[in-house]
Amino acid sequence: MNVIKLEHVSKTFGRETDGVHAVRDVTIHIAPGEIFGIIGYSGAGKSTLVRCINLLERPTAGTVTVDGQELTRMPERELRQARKKISMIFQLFNLMPSRTVEQNVAFPLKGSGLSREETRRKVLELLELVGLPDKAEAYPSQLSGGQKQRVAIARALASDPKVLLCDEATSALDPQTTQSILRLIKDINQKTGITVVVITHEMAVVKEICHRVAVMDKGRVVEEGSVFEVFSNPQQPVTRSFIATTSNLGKIEELIAANDPIVAVKPGEIVARLNYGQSNVSEAAISEVSRRFNVDVSIIFSNTEILDGQPLGGLVALISGDKVGEAIGYLSEKNVMVEVLKRG
Amino acid sequence: MGDLLSSIIPNVVARAPQFWKACQETFQMVGIVGLLSVFIGIPFGVLLFTTKPGGILQNRPIYFVLNKICDIFRSIPFILLAMILLGLSRLVMGTAIGVKGAIIPLTFATVPFLGRQIEGALAEVSEGLVEAAQAMGCSPWEIVWRVYLKEATPGIARGVTITLVSLINFTAIAGAIGAGGLGNFAIQYGHQKSLPDIMWTVLLLIVVMVSLVQAIGNAVVKKTTH
Repeated sequence: MNVIKLEHVSKTFGRETDGVHAVRDVTIHIAPGEIFGIIGYSGAGKSTLVRCINLLERPTAGTVTVDGQELTRMPERELRQARKKISMIFQLFNLMPSRTVEQNVAFPLKGSGLSREETRRKVLELLELVGLPDKAEAYPSQLSGGQKQRVAIARALASDPKVLLCDEATSALDPQTTQSILRLIKDINQKTGITVVVITHEMAVVKEICHRVAVMDKGRVVEEGSVFEVFSNPQQPVTRSFIATTSNLGKIEELIAANDPIVAVKPGEIVARLNYGQSNVSEAAISEVSRRFNVDVSIIFSNTEILDGQPLGGLVALISGDKVGEAIGYLSEKNVMVEVLKRG
Repeated sequence: MGDLLSSIIPNVVARAPQFWKACQETFQMVGIVGLLSVFIGIPFGVLLFTTKPGGILQNRPIYFVLNKICDIFRSIPFILLAMILLGLSRLVMGTAIGVKGAIIPLTFATVPFLGRQIEGALAEVSEGLVEAAQAMGCSPWEIVWRVYLKEATPGIARGVTITLVSLINFTAIAGAIGAGGLGNFAIQYGHQKSLPDIMWTVLLLIVVMVSLVQAIGNAVVKKTTH
């Protein structure tokens, strides 16, 4: 049972022959309650793809099914009804400047059959939920970026949607505010079980909240899987380059190329990069090989994180001793990926 | 008070009944045509904007026609427009002179003018707001009411203000070709009979009217901008 099913979705702007192929044959299934990330550089087609989910962009081919309803077959009127259960938040918030926070949050409730009091109560509950109970009378121009996005989230939740689409929702925010907004989305996801689709170009966002991720490049989904799978064992260059943006393990190559004294090796020493690709390894492996094979391991860079509850990352170290070779062999057996970058 | 006025503007006081009639006629023309142009010009501008290619109600033929109407009527100098519309005025209103005769040419001049102002005001509304409303399931007409018209209120108020100011200007010109009103009064007595106090009184009155319209417009803009 998937709440969102995109089957062979393509979107071409302009003519088939010389138009822009923004999305090419994308198939994605998203389960209820999931936080699904779509990451890609700008121009990869991710914003167009997310607009194909609520049909703000009508796909030129393929089908879109949300909550059991095939949107691509619906007439406009029904589609508008269906959209009320698919909310969206935006990079630039898109709040109505002439309306107060309360009126903004109440915007989607018009025509919902709620009385004035019921609407007001619901709006205040939502403002409470997003942490802005005292801003009901304020205008958007009086709020900070983070507060505006909170209001936008409250507005998005007003129609009790099944799905929340986040289009670069944190890209205009500073890192701290980004964190707080992501925490809020995660919270809401846990409390309400709403399915969330997150479009971003920031690795950090995917790491912070997503369960599964699809990597987009030139309109195609080139890699898809659990966040841990995809980032522990990237298959595509574009995925690797995203990982590199949040890791410092790549810097070692520059140091080696520049012959930096930090990486000067004596005979018998090696510089190696160790990557923990699997959940059962941890930093303890280092002290283990060090004891067992009597080698010295001096760490130059280290970068590990907890992704989806599992450690991911690795380190670059200078390893010296008589049994370096055996130590490497042992680590490989333990599913640590070892790359020898320089030998003395 | 009466003595004071008779000493400053003797000729106006001497023609007080004609003066008051002229004032009334100007107010009538500005009032009636002002209302008409708001009620026709705003929908005209909304259609002009939304039927444009890429607009939410895009429709090439309608846009083409409206756009051309706008261009043509806006390029004809008002005095010539009033003359070519004499026949239509006689047909529709039964007369081509007086306040009644002035309504058709004034409306034809102000509606396309206001239409363009409205078009510009709506263009100021961020595309993001429209997209957000579409994502919330709003229909095109809901978007017109709840997003474009509501969010463009300050711009619309500005457009209406500018239109009313030009309308006051047009009524004076209409006076020259038989519409009555303050313009006619100033031309007939101030200019042709060389009575400068009449000319200056009318000018002062028009300046006051324009300033008042502008002040009200500015207040509305200020109140609706957040």
